[in-house]
Amino acid sequence: MKVGIAQINPKLGDLRSNLDLYEDKVRHAAKQGLDLLLFPELSLTGYFLRDMVPSVALKLSSPEITSLKKLSREVAFVAGLVEESPDYRFYNAAVYFDAGEIVHVHRKVYLPTYGMFDEQRYFARGDRVRAFNTRKGRFALLICEDLWHPSTIYLAALDGALAILCPSSSPLRGITEGQAQDDNARYWEMINRMYAETFGLFMIYGNRVGFEDGVGFWGGSEVVDPFGERLVKARYYEDDFIVGEIGLETVRRKRSMAPLLRDEDLDLTINELVRIRERPAVAETKARMQGSRVEGLKGLKRKKSKRARLRKRK
Amino acid sequence: MIQIPSNVSLLRKLLVSFIANEVEKVGLNRVVVGLSGGVDSSLSALLAAEALGPEHVLGILMPYKTSSPESLAHAELVARQSTIESMTIDITPQIDAYFERFPDADQRRRGNKMARERMTILYDHSARWNALVLGTSNKTELLLGYGTLHGDMASAINPLGDLYKTQVWALAEAVGVPEPIVTKKPSADLWAGQTDESELGFSYREVDRLLYLMVDERRSRAELLAAGFADKLIDDVMQRIMNSQFKRRLPVIAKVSHRTIDRDFRYARDWGK
Repeated sequence: MKVGIAQINPKLGDLRSNLDLYEDKVRHAAKQGLDLLLFPELSLTGYFLRDMVPSVALKLSSPEITSLKKLSREVAFVAGLVEESPDYRFYNAAVYFDAGEIVHVHRKVYLPTYGMFDEQRYFARGDRVRAFNTRKGRFALLICEDLWHPSTIYLAALDGALAILCPSSSPLRGITEGQAQDDNARYWEMINRMYAETFGLFMIYGNRVGFEDGVGFWGGSEVVDPFGERLVKARYYEDDFIVGEIGLETVRRKRSMAPLLRDEDLDLTINELVRIRERPAVAETKARMQGSRVEGLKGLKRKKSKRARLRKRK
Repeated sequence: MIQIPSNVSLLRKLLVSFIANEVEKVGLNRVVVGLSGGVDSSLSALLAAEALGPEHVLGILMPYKTSSPESLAHAELVARQSTIESMTIDITPQIDAYFERFPDADQRRRGNKMARERMTILYDHSARWNALVLGTSNKTELLLGYGTLHGDMASAINPLGDLYKTQVWALAEAVGVPEPIVTKKPSADLWAGQTDESELGFSYREVDRLLYLMVDERRSRAELLAAGFADKLIDDVMQRIMNSQFKRRLPVIAKVSHRTIDRDFRYARDWGK
């Protein structure tokens, strides 16, 4: 399967212009006989939208989405946009279009709201991580910050994803000497490689370029195979269009050599998570340990765990 | 030894790209910059020349009668070497005309008036020439508040605003700012004998190391003391940063409506671009 990545520089808040750019790139991908094209996170709208979010949001029933569906008859592609739900919530979303239809929508779960980021102010959180079937294989979509939480890729891999499509709008930062790229780019390259090798799958990472209010995006899109090999790499900080050849037999080979997913103990993980989740409040624990009482917790009894209550009932 | 990261080749690439992108997206292709003969404006001008072509950069030299001749010579050197457009506008007549009316004005008032006069000239020429005003304030002076509000701090885009003075020196050397400009003692040259470091009471290299740890790395006071910085210096610097915050914000607006500029009315400068 041939996957293309359109490393573009979208116009902030200009849907029309970005839709034209999408059309251009999809046609180009079709001419090259590609099977799939990945666009970066929020590349239909630009990233630092702030109060513009409602004005660029698209309902899945909108004419713009309809035109994107039509466009996907030429080549399957992943769009990065703001989705407006029927009850007027706005999501940072990635949509997989193929053969005139929407195959899957992923709503970004982890919305960075610290430092220079302010996503949770404007967007609602996604509430699921799912692998999904396509004509070319079973994939998952995860957006940028989602991948800074290993839990998401863990879930996607366990749910059967053989390749992770990761649209991103990753800003450059950190200028340590002796490197060709900024610190943040290097961090991403490390985790893409680690995830590919650890979970034995393809990482298809698509980032954007350009500047918004002085914040630059580092580009450097790449496809990493299950052995951690970088199949193809886009330029840093510049517009680019790259193509990677994905062979699922590589996943088979890797997992034959190192069946890490097969040996993953889901029950253990679930049990431990439940145990950790039901842990009593920290203050109460401290108080009990110190043998004193904590103001406001006077008379508070430790709630028996669900299992203990069930056990008692039996 | 505390090292402030200074990947000069990457910096050069990024800042040149920044200038090109942020100028072209507003439909223009030129910048004007005040050339003082100092390392910051020299660096800014050279980066802009690389980004837009020297014929699209206008360096304006604006001496006052007490400006050091060396400053002017250095500014002319940069203009010549870089082949950017340049012009000299002596600001003495207008400054002196104003202070004829207020002859007891102190050095600070006169210095600020000169800085603001230069700003108005740059903005006038940016309108005349269809250009953006290119900034030259570095991160050290912005954090310490060592600049004139609506004076040298005013610009449309500023490639140096996230670089400490130490990094400016490193990049200036790499980009080819003439050596005497890089190595001379920094001065705002607003009165004879003025130097930044004697005014501030500490050296740039020292305060940059402190600022880098304090601001960029968010180190605690205990960590700063352990790193060898004096109590007094830490206090002094923290005071300066806090007391100059007003210079880094828009004017304080009284909120009375449901939607107030810059508080709940939040848009990028690059809105629609």
